[in-house]
Amino acid sequence: MPSTLPETELHNPQTAKTPLDPHLKALENEAIHIFREVAAEFEKPVMLYSVGKDSSVLLHLARKAFYPGRVPFPLLHVNTGWKFAEMIAFRNDIVKKYDLDFIEHINPRGKAENVTPFTHGSALFTDIMKTEGLRQALDAGGFDAAFGGARRDEEASRAKERIYSFRTPEHRWDPRAQRPELWNIYNGMIRKGESVRAFPLSNWTEVDIWRYIQVEDIPLVPLYYAKERPYVERDGMMILAEDPRLELLPGETVQHGSIRFRTLGDFPLTGAIPSQATNLEEVIAELEIATVSERQGRAIDRDQSGSMEKKKREGYF
Amino acid sequence: MTVSAIAQAVEATTGTVTAFPAAETPRLPRDTRPLRLITCGSVDDGKSTLIGRLLWDTKAVKEDQAATLRRDSGKQNDLGLPDFALLLDGLQAEREQGITIDVAYRYFATDKRSFIVADTPGHEQYTRNMATGASTADLAVLLVDARTGLLEQTRRHATIASLMGIKQFVLAVNKFDLVGYDRARFDQITHEFRELAVSLGVRQITAIPMSALKGENVVYDGKASMPWYEGQTLVEVLELATIRSAQTVGFRLPVQRVSRPGESFRGYQGTVAGGSVKPGDSVVILPSGMVANVTKIITFDLVRNAAVAGDAITLVLDRQVDVSRGDMIVSIDSQPQVGLDFDAQLVALQSEGIQPGRRYWLKSGSRRQRVTANPFSQLDLKTGSWNQRTGVLPMNGIGKVHLSFDENAVFDSYEQNRTTGAFILIDPDTNNTVAGGMITAKRSSLTDLRSDEARVVLSLPADLADQLMATEMFSRRRDETDLRRMTAGEASQIFKDAAVDI
Repeated sequence: MPSTLPETELHNPQTAKTPLDPHLKALENEAIHIFREVAAEFEKPVMLYSVGKDSSVLLHLARKAFYPGRVPFPLLHVNTGWKFAEMIAFRNDIVKKYDLDFIEHINPRGKAENVTPFTHGSALFTDIMKTEGLRQALDAGGFDAAFGGARRDEEASRAKERIYSFRTPEHRWDPRAQRPELWNIYNGMIRKGESVRAFPLSNWTEVDIWRYIQVEDIPLVPLYYAKERPYVERDGMMILAEDPRLELLPGETVQHGSIRFRTLGDFPLTGAIPSQATNLEEVIAELEIATVSERQGRAIDRDQSGSMEKKKREGYF
Repeated sequence: MTVSAIAQAVEATTGTVTAFPAAETPRLPRDTRPLRLITCGSVDDGKSTLIGRLLWDTKAVKEDQAATLRRDSGKQNDLGLPDFALLLDGLQAEREQGITIDVAYRYFATDKRSFIVADTPGHEQYTRNMATGASTADLAVLLVDARTGLLEQTRRHATIASLMGIKQFVLAVNKFDLVGYDRARFDQITHEFRELAVSLGVRQITAIPMSALKGENVVYDGKASMPWYEGQTLVEVLELATIRSAQTVGFRLPVQRVSRPGESFRGYQGTVAGGSVKPGDSVVILPSGMVANVTKIITFDLVRNAAVAGDAITLVLDRQVDVSRGDMIVSIDSQPQVGLDFDAQLVALQSEGIQPGRRYWLKSGSRRQRVTANPFSQLDLKTGSWNQRTGVLPMNGIGKVHLSFDENAVFDSYEQNRTTGAFILIDPDTNNTVAGGMITAKRSSLTDLRSDEARVVLSLPADLADQLMATEMFSRRRDETDLRRMTAGEASQIFKDAAVDI
C-alpha cells in the first residue's frame, strides 16, 4: 500500500468510532509488541487458530500488528473432527474474508483408528486428536514459533507460563526450567528443532476479552449467544444435541432451552450454560455476575487435578 | 439447570458449603492502565494468604475453582475459607513441597482499576524470581509478620525491589491480630522500615496494619479491631498508586521490524519506549546517526497525529534511510548514549553465574549484540552495602559490571528510562537467559580513569548530608564514598591541612 494514500483510506471508521479505554489499549499494545517480536525473530511462525473467542481476538490483534501488510504467517487449525458445525462454517468465512494463509490438520492416525470422545474417553481422545495432532502439524510445517491464545487467568499452571514458552524438539514443556522473563525483553534464541509457544494474550482476563470484542466489534461464532437449542444433560453438562453422531444414553432425552457456550471446543466435551443473553452486552452483563469460571464447562480439565499441567508437559497448548 | 444449580452441583460433590461474596456490580471501562505490583516477604509472613484474600474479596475466585481447591486440600481454616495457598501454587511440585517455586501472575479488579500481581517466592534461593517479578512492577507490597518484625529477608526484598526501579512501597504489617492489634508494635515496625527505606532512597511508603487471614485492611477496613487506624486499606492504596510512565523523557522507538507490503511503502514498526512523536518531528536513527523527519504515524484504526510511550505504531519517514531491526529512532534534541562501554547492575539468574571476560548475547529492546561483562562489585543483601569484588558473580547475586561491546550500543540509564535502560544477557551455548541488567552510566576510557582516581572532599552541614545520602543516586554508589562525622572546627582544620599539602 503506498504511503501517499489519503488519510481517509487508512482510517478504519468501524473500529475508530469508540476509542479503547487505557486498560484495553495497554493490553492491545502489549499483544501487538509480542506479535511483531516473534514475527521478526523466528524463521517460520504459525498461529494456532481454534475458532473460539480468544482465537478471534488473537487474529484481530495479528491483523492490527502487521497492518498495512498482510498477516505474515499461516493460521493452523488442529481439527478433531468433532467441532461444532457452526465453528467450521464461521472459520471458512473468516479465512476468505481476511485473505489468510490457512492450514487444517486432523490426526490421520486418529481418523484411521476411528478415535472418538465416546469410544476412547475425553482424556485419550484429547491426547490423540489435539496433543498428538498438534505435534504432527508443527513438525510437518517445520514451525519454530507458534502463537496461542492462552491466558494466565484461565488455569493454575498457566499462571506460571512465560509469554515465550520454550519447548524441546519433542514439544515438551518443563515448568521447572523456564527461562526467566524480565521486562518486555523476550529471549527467542533456540536451537534447530526446538520451538517457542508465544502467548500475546497472557495478561488478558475473560472480561477483557469480552469487552475488547465489544469495543472492536469482532465477529464471533453465533454459539456464544443464547438461542433456543436442543441439548441433553450428561455428567452435569449440557451437551448440544444437533450432530447425528451424538447417541442418547439410556434415560437421556433431548431437551430444548435457551442456551449458549462460554468456550467452544469439541461438541461432546463442551457444556453449555442456560442463558438469555442474545447479544454481547447481555453476555458481558451475565459474565460480570458469574461466579463460575469459564473452563468449568470443559470436561478435559476436570479429569484430574493438575491435568492441564500434565497435558501441557506433553505438548498440549 | 441454572448457573447457580450447576454451582450447587459442584458444591454438592465436595460436601462443603461456603458463603460466597455477593455478586458484584457491572464493571465500567477503566480509565487507567492495569497496575502491576509485586508481593514479597519471608516464607511464613502470610503472602499466599494475602493474595488469596485479595482475589477472594474482589470476587476473582470462581466457585468451581474454590470447589477444586477444597477437594484438593480437604481442609479449611477456622474462618471456613479454603486454604488460599493451594489456589496459588499451581504446579504439582509446589503442591508436593508446599512452597512456591516460580513467579505466577494473578489478576483481580475493583470498580476503579484492574491489577496484575507478580506472586514471587519467599525463599532466599529464588531471589532471581523476585527480580523477574519486580522488573515490570510499579509498586511493591512488602509483608512482615507483626510478631517478628523486619527480617533479613525483608531488607533483601526491599533492596532488590528498589534496585529494579520500584519507587512505591506498601509495608503490610500482617498477622496483626496475633499481637492484639497493638498500635505501639505497628509504630515500631513502621519506624524501623522507614529507616531502611531512607537508606535505599525510597520515599513513597504506606504502612498498613492488617490481618490477611481475617480480611482486615485488605479490601475491607479493620475499624472494628483497630479504631485508631485512620489510613487506607491495601486496595485503596493500590487504586490510587501511580503508574510509572516514560512519557516525559525523549522520544524512543526501538525498531522491531520494517514493513514493506508494497514497493512504495516503508514503515518502521515498534512500541514507543519513551517520550512522544508527531508528524513533522525530526528524528535520528541510532547507531548510524542519520537524520530524517516523521511524515506519518500509522495504526490499524487511523492515521494518528501523535503517539506516546507505550503505543505500538508504524512510523513513516520522509526519506529513504537505512533502518533495520535493532536500530532506535529517537528525538533529535534528546538522544540516548551511544558507545562501546557502559556500567550496569546485574542480577545473576543461573547456577553458573556471570563469568568475567565471557562473551554473552545482550538483548535490549529489539537489539541483540555481543558483549563481555566484568563484575567489579557485589551487593551484600544482608547489610545493603556494596563490596569491591571481581570474579564470578554467583547465582542470585546482584553486582556491578563493566560492559564492553564490539559494536556501538545505544542506552539510556535505567533511572531515566526503564525500557531503553534494561537488558538481558543470554548464554550463547545454552541459549538461556542468565542475567537481567540495568544500565547505570556510559563509560569512556578517559572519564573512567578520572572517576577511579579523582576524589572530591566536601564539608557539609550534617542535615544536608543526611538528605543527600537518602537520595537514590547516592545510595547506589555508597560503596565508593568515605564518610566521617566531625565538628565544624575539625572539618575546617582538614581543609587547611589539605591546602598546605597541595
